[in-house]
Amino acid sequence: MVELSSNFLFTAFILYLVGILFFGGAIKDKRHADKKDSPNKWAKIGIVVTIAGFLSQLTFFVLRWIASGHAPVSNLFEFTTFFGMALVGAFIALYFMYKTPLLGLFTLPVAALIIAYGSMFPRDVTPLIPALQSYWLHIHVTTTAIGQAILAVSFAAGLIYLVKSVDQTKKSKSTLWLEVVLFGLISTLGFVFVSSFFAATDYQANFNYVNKEGQPATEKYTIPAVVGPHQFELTDKDRFEPLIETPAIISAKKLNTVIWSLASGIVLYVLLRAILRKRIAAALKPWTKNINLDLVDEIGYRSVLIGFPVFTLGGLIFAMIWAQIAWTRFWGWDPKEVWALITWLFYAAFLHLRLSKGWHGEKSAWLAVIGFIIIMFNLVAVNLVIAGLHSYAGS
Amino acid sequence: MNEIKCECGHVNPHGTILCESCGRVLEEKEKEKQLVDMRYEGSARRSQTYNKTIIDKIWNFFSSVKVGVWLIIILLVASSLGTIFPQEMYIPPLMPAGEYYQEQYGWLGKLYYDLGFHNLYSSWWYLLLIAALGISLIIASLDRVVPLYRSLTNQRVSRHESFLKRQRMFSVSNADLSGETVDKIKNLLTQKRYKIREENGNILAEKNRFSRWGPYVNHLGLVIFLLGGMLRFVPGMYVDEILWLREGETKAIPGTEGQYYLKNNAFIFEVYDKEKDDEVFQNAIDKVGTVVKNYQTDATLYKKQGDTVPGEKPELEKVRDQSIQVNKPLKIDGFALYQVDYKLDEMNKMAFKLENKKTGDQFGDVAVDLYDPEMNYDLGNGYKVEVMSYFPDFEFNEDGEPATKSRIPNNPAFIFKMFTPDKPEGEISFVAIRQTIEPMGDNDYKMIFNGVETKNVTALTVRKDLTLWLIGLGGLIFMIGVVQGAYWNHRRLWIRRVDSQIWTAAHTNKNWHGLKRELDTIFADSGIKAPEDQLSDDKKE
Ligand code: HEM
Repeated sequence: MVELSSNFLFTAFILYLVGILFFGGAIKDKRHADKKDSPNKWAKIGIVVTIAGFLSQLTFFVLRWIASGHAPVSNLFEFTTFFGMALVGAFIALYFMYKTPLLGLFTLPVAALIIAYGSMFPRDVTPLIPALQSYWLHIHVTTTAIGQAILAVSFAAGLIYLVKSVDQTKKSKSTLWLEVVLFGLISTLGFVFVSSFFAATDYQANFNYVNKEGQPATEKYTIPAVVGPHQFELTDKDRFEPLIETPAIISAKKLNTVIWSLASGIVLYVLLRAILRKRIAAALKPWTKNINLDLVDEIGYRSVLIGFPVFTLGGLIFAMIWAQIAWTRFWGWDPKEVWALITWLFYAAFLHLRLSKGWHGEKSAWLAVIGFIIIMFNLVAVNLVIAGLHSYAGS
Repeated sequence: MNEIKCECGHVNPHGTILCESCGRVLEEKEKEKQLVDMRYEGSARRSQTYNKTIIDKIWNFFSSVKVGVWLIIILLVASSLGTIFPQEMYIPPLMPAGEYYQEQYGWLGKLYYDLGFHNLYSSWWYLLLIAALGISLIIASLDRVVPLYRSLTNQRVSRHESFLKRQRMFSVSNADLSGETVDKIKNLLTQKRYKIREENGNILAEKNRFSRWGPYVNHLGLVIFLLGGMLRFVPGMYVDEILWLREGETKAIPGTEGQYYLKNNAFIFEVYDKEKDDEVFQNAIDKVGTVVKNYQTDATLYKKQGDTVPGEKPELEKVRDQSIQVNKPLKIDGFALYQVDYKLDEMNKMAFKLENKKTGDQFGDVAVDLYDPEMNYDLGNGYKVEVMSYFPDFEFNEDGEPATKSRIPNNPAFIFKMFTPDKPEGEISFVAIRQTIEPMGDNDYKMIFNGVETKNVTALTVRKDLTLWLIGLGGLIFMIGVVQGAYWNHRRLWIRRVDSQIWTAAHTNKNWHGLKRELDTIFADSGIKAPEDQLSDDKKE
């Protein structure tokens, strides 16, 4: 059953990619460019394919739930793919409100990237430790992910806004930062490529090293080690010998992964620049030609308005209820909790700035981008780097 | 107080910008603007009107959204600092916190500790920030909600031309309103749930006014939540105790003033079993080794009967048996007992025999309860053992003398005095795990170790939190307010005859696009232009 369910996830992933192509076609289709209100044939097929993908992923979710006996949101792989699914769901809902294929062209790649990223983590069905054996946990996690996904749509809208509005004829801070954001997405893609490649070739390198308690320990790398652990000794033959050694308090394996991601990101980015002969954002710009900036701005704002209450409910209120039951207190200043609070405060600031200070358009778009970075930071960095009570055993 | 009388005759409070009744612009500065600022309906807000006394200044400071946003941002950044390294409560209590941070994280860790970031969330400045946020919430809300309420309940249907013209959505049509068209438009508006008021042939259609109160409701919720947080510091509202119970042991539940007792019948610790548990977990279990499945205390709850004087053994009546698991606390009378910790196989009793070193003859059984040792053991026939000293958690202290680190029998040691018929004045022997010292020279007798009995120990957190209802109420009100403000928008449409023209104007507090679409359908074939966005023309290409 678990294997069967994985096929549905894979199908969903492919369908999302196909959906992207159709939404791209919808934008490029010149004949209908001026009829903004009714989506053309391409867009209609695009949304049907996307919905099919969503249903396929939902099937994956349900099957896995049945197989494991608990809602599959209990490890990093499960949670991240669920987040991706929620993002697609949020997009579908907003598509029917605003009928904008361009939103699909930007949201679906982000969702697909998130799902691919999540799939790089161990995909085993994990048994639940006692603290996680509560239906409140599942309610809390799913609601939070849905809230974050709705908020993330504002990131896609913000990107569209910026790609369209930032003047690409001259270099500026805006063009630079926009490239940085896109580079972040490309690095994630790089991470997926690198991990998949070495997983396919079954690469393994084992090390003995001395951990930060001064004890001997072992570490298994699944991608070649550019940086090795503290006082490492490679125990496999014919493996890439690390170039540098890290101090004991740094997790060498994670640092190594980051280095690979950034390096492959740079390679991909430089390659793209060489092919396109302009900034990535400048290359994307023509795609946004026909969209009305006001509309994009509004979509971004709406998704924050809709997502904020959902996130509050899931990420703070349900979280507190569960924490009261499982950890004896509703709030414990655990890093994951604090970052949920930070996310919440950030979007509260966003709403205030928008309502009272009139931060519309470009400013608001940048805020949406920053908000998404905070969400991803909570998902990725807090789980993997700042471990706390909530951290799933990711590696 | 000098009130302002509008040309229409309405008397407005001092500081009003737009006449509450007809909407004429009252403030000179505002008259030059293309659009009126509709944010608080141009009502008189205290903070915009007075700025003389110190109280005015404080009021104005805290009522500013700019200040509010700064407070939120500062709080956000401050909170993130506390996650760089773990907070003190999450570090292992093996050594003084200062040393721990230095050892684990080097000079950065030391700096972190010295700045007090290891206890950031209970630092005075962090609490001060939260307090400032709370004050700001209250003042900013009061400053706006009362005048806003006045304006919204006082508004008249016919608004002055100058008001309509300066709405963001506005149109002028050279057309006449026939009764038929009016009916059709009104009909459509009612279908869209607008409430319609008419006056001299002018129309005001309005819906979802209640959503304007959303922010104030949610701020009220937040304030209640914060009050709930403060309530914890009131004595008696909050109990946080820990109860360690060995299997078989019965103890009073701390915090209940001896009213309730709990007995630990058994502590159960289970891990997932590759064979017995679900097959799908096999891979995961193979990878990580062991995964804990259950922590459970099978407990019996007792209630004390009647009054007892201290020292007297209380009479207990059984209330119920219950298994306490993680996520399944035992609840009684506002108290909840949570499974939080445990120790497996803790030494409970130690047994010894007295042995004659030469003959190997053994005498008696000395079973010492490590938690409550008896001091004398009479083995009969003149053989007797006395416990002179007991060190549950033995170590040699700085002066090289035997001492105990704690009262938990992690490493028990004893000084025994052994009385036998041949040594009636007794011999002294120091016995610790795997070591015996005979301080007074060689003895004829020794205490030999004869086994140990272990028990599991459970730790339960005893919690009473009488602030929860207030905190929950605050959360609920916050959610209601935030949904109210976010999922509905306040929309208004004015239609007015001006000579032979029809003027329309519309306003919403957010989601202009939705309003535009709605109005476009309503005016579709009416011969009247729907209000058009005066702002976005230049942005469209
Ligand atoms: C963590 C704290 C806060 C949260 C979660 C919060 C939440 C909100 C929300 C959701 C809105 C509605 C925004 C919209 O509809 O777009 C709002 C509006 C508002 N908030 Fe807050 N708020 C917070 C703190 C503050 C503070 C400290 C102030 C003090 C200045 C403040 C003043 C306001 C004002 C004046 C409005 C606008 C009301 C209006 O224009 O009708 N808020 N707040």
